[in-house]
Amino acid sequence: MAEKNEIMGLDFSEVETIQYIVVNIGGEHYGLDIKYVDNIVRMQRITRVPNSQPYFMGIINLRGEIVPVMSIRRKMGFEDDEFTNASRIIILKIEEQGLLGVIFDAVREVVTLSVDSIEKPSDSNAKDSFINGIGKSNDELISIFDIDAIVEENR
Amino acid sequence: MDVSQYLEIFIDETGEHIQSLSDHIMALESEPEDKDTINEIFRAAHSLKGMAGTMGFKRMQHLTHDMENVFQEVRSDKIKVNSEMIDVLFQCLDAIDGYLNTIKETSNEGENDNEAIIKKLNDFIAMANGEAAAPEEKKEEAKAPAAKTEGGEAGGNDRAHYSEIPDDDIDSVASKVSDALVDGNKIYGFTVYIASDCLLKAARAFLVFKAVEENGKIIYYNPSSEDIEDEKFEDCFNFLLSTSADIETIAAAARAVSEIEEVIYGDVTDSILLRAEADETGTAVAVAEPAAAPASYDSTKEASNEETTAVTVPETTAPAAKSQSSSAPAAAGKNAAKPVTSRTVRVDIEKLDALMNQVSELIIAKNSLASIQPSDGVIDQQSFNDQLEYLERITTNLHESVMKVRMVPIENVVNKYPRMIRDLSRKLGKKMELHMTGEETELDRTVVDQIGDPLQHLLRNSADHGIESAEVRKERGKPEVGSINLDAYQEGNNVIIKVSDDGNGVDTENVKRKAIERGIVTADQAENLSEKEIIDFLFMPSFSMAKQITDISGRGVGLDVVKNGIETLGGDVEVKSKFGEGTTFTVRLPLTLAIIQALMVTVGDTKYAIALGSISNIENINVSEIKYVEQKEVIHLRGTVIHLCRLKELLGCEEDVNAPKPENLIVVVVSKGEKQLGLVVDELDGQTEIVIKSLGKFISNENKVISGATILGDGEVALILDVNTLM
Repeated sequence: MAEKNEIMGLDFSEVETIQYIVVNIGGEHYGLDIKYVDNIVRMQRITRVPNSQPYFMGIINLRGEIVPVMSIRRKMGFEDDEFTNASRIIILKIEEQGLLGVIFDAVREVVTLSVDSIEKPSDSNAKDSFINGIGKSNDELISIFDIDAIVEENR
Repeated sequence: MDVSQYLEIFIDETGEHIQSLSDHIMALESEPEDKDTINEIFRAAHSLKGMAGTMGFKRMQHLTHDMENVFQEVRSDKIKVNSEMIDVLFQCLDAIDGYLNTIKETSNEGENDNEAIIKKLNDFIAMANGEAAAPEEKKEEAKAPAAKTEGGEAGGNDRAHYSEIPDDDIDSVASKVSDALVDGNKIYGFTVYIASDCLLKAARAFLVFKAVEENGKIIYYNPSSEDIEDEKFEDCFNFLLSTSADIETIAAAARAVSEIEEVIYGDVTDSILLRAEADETGTAVAVAEPAAAPASYDSTKEASNEETTAVTVPETTAPAAKSQSSSAPAAAGKNAAKPVTSRTVRVDIEKLDALMNQVSELIIAKNSLASIQPSDGVIDQQSFNDQLEYLERITTNLHESVMKVRMVPIENVVNKYPRMIRDLSRKLGKKMELHMTGEETELDRTVVDQIGDPLQHLLRNSADHGIESAEVRKERGKPEVGSINLDAYQEGNNVIIKVSDDGNGVDTENVKRKAIERGIVTADQAENLSEKEIIDFLFMPSFSMAKQITDISGRGVGLDVVKNGIETLGGDVEVKSKFGEGTTFTVRLPLTLAIIQALMVTVGDTKYAIALGSISNIENINVSEIKYVEQKEVIHLRGTVIHLCRLKELLGCEEDVNAPKPENLIVVVVSKGEKQLGLVVDELDGQTEIVIKSLGKFISNENKVISGATILGDGEVALILDVNTLM
């Protein structure tokens, strides 16, 4: 990590930092570790796959590749999506299992957070949680997504 | 030098050499005199040895070296190929294959020395030397008297060297000794003196070994067996024998070998064990034999191997095994236990050239398209269309070429079958032959990879259940040797592989009885079954017809596995059989899994693709023609009752309540074997060639109705319906 900071010409090499892509779901801000993000694409026509898991919207054609797309709102049990001009599909690259698209209301920015500034969430109902930390940037709270929780079945 | 990067190549090439050896040894069995075949085997063994040496796989190298030696003798007409030798050679191949598998899994060759096989190989060489004295031996002989001082004419006990075991070996010897003790055997040490004027000492030594091994097992040689074989000893050699028989008889047998001067022996069981425990260092140094140190494989031995190679094959460049052998094991040790998986395709260079040509044409086409762009903003429609057509032609060709690259001949898979049938023939005690045609038929790599096991099952089935014993065949007036045929050929977009035998055929009465026994059908039902339906019982899980379970077939996991395996590949299998005359299994496989001809249909707002191969016809049905059986919709079509499946409901499309109900339904009738099903679709969108893509691991669908997806010309995604799951 220190090496990475050097490359970027940043001068806080002593503190371990991680870059996050900040996305909106409802009014809340969520952070996705940038190392899992392959791509961000606009909304496009999604082909529904019958009898699949309810939170999967279907599949899209990403430059000749078939990529499944899930609705994070459905997965997390929120209200159903309303697609706007700001809606984006973030393509996550998960080791071995391949690409997975996740729909978010909007993509805001990239922030760099130091590891020790991220607080662990309180343990209450941690089992159903999709986040594994809370970071702060410009007085805003950013919930850090647990990528495994997004990928895992039956949440 | 780190050789691990060559490991994959090594594995690939070794596999090929093993296959070539297997083929040629099979050929040799039918034509033992064929010089070309013998040379081919010799070359293959030699390359294997060189490769194994380079990679530092010494045990493998050793085995192949001895194999090569045997063929050296065969080449120079010193020994004749007989069936015994063929057997040993096949054992060798299995052993090499064993090494290869171990290497694949662990990057290491394992611990198996395959001494037994090596010894058998050496027996052949000894036989060869017994018949014709090699000039080399005279040289050896000339040296011998000078070096021969040690033995002298001293008394019996001074002449007994059998208890002199080097420290390096004592542990392994001790463990073998304890093994022998468990079996209730005793260990005797032997020192055998050969007459000093004997010309063929190695041959004599092997006669002695042969004699004593009739009643026991030699657990240790000093000098090592290789050195004895190479005559790298003077007038005496030692070995330890594990036996429960009378030692006097054995010694007498050894003495009976001509030109043996003296045989000294004694019980050494305790002394070895004691020594191993105490691990005294001082006593062992006495073994100062002239040849290389007896420790199994050290660099000296390596060197001597290389010299032999240089002498025997002067026209071949000896591989640089010597210099690399010392560093290679270290490298192998480093990445031990890391499985080496290779998923590569070997591509004919011509196919690649064709591909390259098309790509260059593609570039030209792109450039011409770009050059059409006029400066004044007006595009010449005519030349634009011309270029577009040109582009289209190239892409079609390119597609074809890429597909061809993926195609491999089934040869790679079926090659191993002649050997398998030969082994089965021995094992089962039935005479049979495998005749193959169409090995060059090409199939997609993915299909070829997976077709091996099902075919093997079918062949084993034919060998075990099909072919009758020689007596029965005689009675039935058939040729004594049963024949099994494997014929492959292309038929349209399918490849047909037929496995047939002229054996017993399926005894339908017997199958019927068994089906009733198992409670699959009642006796009454069984009476009405057609022959085909009865034969189909064979494909049911755990329905084995073998009277007894053999390790060849008969566990009831045969034919249903075959059927499943072939169906996953998108193929099907049919049986035709006539009791007393034989059975034919017909396997039908799609040419490729990646690209299929499909009918595009629209259901709701989504496009679906149905493989053309499974569609039997398309009908326009008036709603009034729909009848009900058990409350399910059926149609009556030319004498057959076909169930209807409304894809809209199955696929969970939202029904527009206000839409007018159509008067006529479009029904796509699909079939799988005898079964038929009518799929109700909204629209037909014509036939097209589609590229199958997987849905990935995340998304699942119930019943696996959707087998994949494809991208259409306009970038839209269409789903592929697997109609097989619906029936």
